[in-house]
Amino acid sequence: MSKTLHSVLRSGLLLGMIALLGTALLAGVNELTYERIVEQEKLRVLQQLNEIVPTAAYNNDLLEDKIVIEDNMYFRHPAPVTVYRARMDGLPVAVMMIITAPDGYNGDIRLLAGIDSEGAVIGVRVISHKETPGLGDPIEIEKSDWILGFNKKSLRNPESDGWGVKRDDGQFDQFTGATISPRAVVKVMHNTLLYFDANKQMLFDTSTQSTDQHDQ
Amino acid sequence: MINSNLKQIITDGAWRQNTGLVVLLGLCPLLAVTNTLINGLSLGLATMLTLMLSNLSVSIMRGFLKPEIRIPAFVLIIASVVTVIEMLMHAFFYDLFRVLGIFIPLIVTNCAIIGRAETFASRNKPLPSLVDGFATGLGFCITLVLLGALRELTGRGTLFSGAEMLLGDWGQYLTLTIIPDHPGFLLAMLPPGAFLGLALLIAARNAWQAKRTVLPSPSTSTLVRDTNEV
Repeated sequence: MSKTLHSVLRSGLLLGMIALLGTALLAGVNELTYERIVEQEKLRVLQQLNEIVPTAAYNNDLLEDKIVIEDNMYFRHPAPVTVYRARMDGLPVAVMMIITAPDGYNGDIRLLAGIDSEGAVIGVRVISHKETPGLGDPIEIEKSDWILGFNKKSLRNPESDGWGVKRDDGQFDQFTGATISPRAVVKVMHNTLLYFDANKQMLFDTSTQSTDQHDQ
Repeated sequence: MINSNLKQIITDGAWRQNTGLVVLLGLCPLLAVTNTLINGLSLGLATMLTLMLSNLSVSIMRGFLKPEIRIPAFVLIIASVVTVIEMLMHAFFYDLFRVLGIFIPLIVTNCAIIGRAETFASRNKPLPSLVDGFATGLGFCITLVLLGALRELTGRGTLFSGAEMLLGDWGQYLTLTIIPDHPGFLLAMLPPGAFLGLALLIAARNAWQAKRTVLPSPSTSTLVRDTNEV
């Protein structure tokens, strides 16, 4: 009887030792890589932001000057929208918003949209998506220049009925065999511009600078 | 003596007991990430490293691992090794980390790794275990690369696209466009293409093996030998 107990205890202790060893190893490697990982993530966000608004166009700390908003009326995806504000000597230059189109062919399409202080699109890039390779993925800049079609567009260019793909009598191209992905992107961009128009003051308001750690 | 033994381990791991083509373990990552050659190569290398490290650790600890706790112990060891590799990739191969995504942590669930720990590393010395991990990983990696190349070529007409994620900026010049203006063959890029490609590779290996083994001796002993070590 006590022999079984002894053996069970020994096994438990041994497993505990291995777990402890593993944990120590992971803690060590985490300590070594943590800073670099955070740095890489930041660098990537900044790279994406700079692709839309070049470093020469602003002089504030983009990554710090951000707010997180939630507005179910304009953004039908439950994920909060992160907004980075670019300013030149304190004057508004542009906002860059991380928005999510909920209605892609295979779920969410996450986008980074830059809008200048006049309400015109500076540029849009796809951050992540699960659209079908070869059919829906020309929304990526690496695959086609379709996404550049949003540049300089605004609520008055085109007018409201123009904000759709051609199959829906809008102005934007669709892809051969794929209408759903472009339609989802056009729709979320239109809503974003509408939101910008309605909340422009708040978006650039310096007092709303968020201090929370709500990372994207 | 020792050298011929190690050689045997290498041919066993990489060819006779090839994880992807003969033992058919670890098919989930095999089928999921092989849409390009580089993706296949990257996951193959990560898996190979995992196999080597887990085999080595299991072999070192084999003396005091009691039979009833060996499986949870293997799982702990493998999970630690994979997490370390994941963190290192996150820090140093960030683009690749993003492409391979969930399949790096999922290396833990590759049965081939626990299989080698159980059937080989827990019964052999550290050096042969390390070599076995290397050979098994190499076999798996080669399968991933071949399948990735097959699918990338038929699906997109290129090879080595995305090499810059593994090798740095100069890697982008490595991309070969074999078939210009390829219209894209969706079947090859999607999971069904992975199954078909794998089937072709297995068939090719079997055909080659049959040709080689039937000629010298028409006996059935080769068949038996091929399966009795699984």
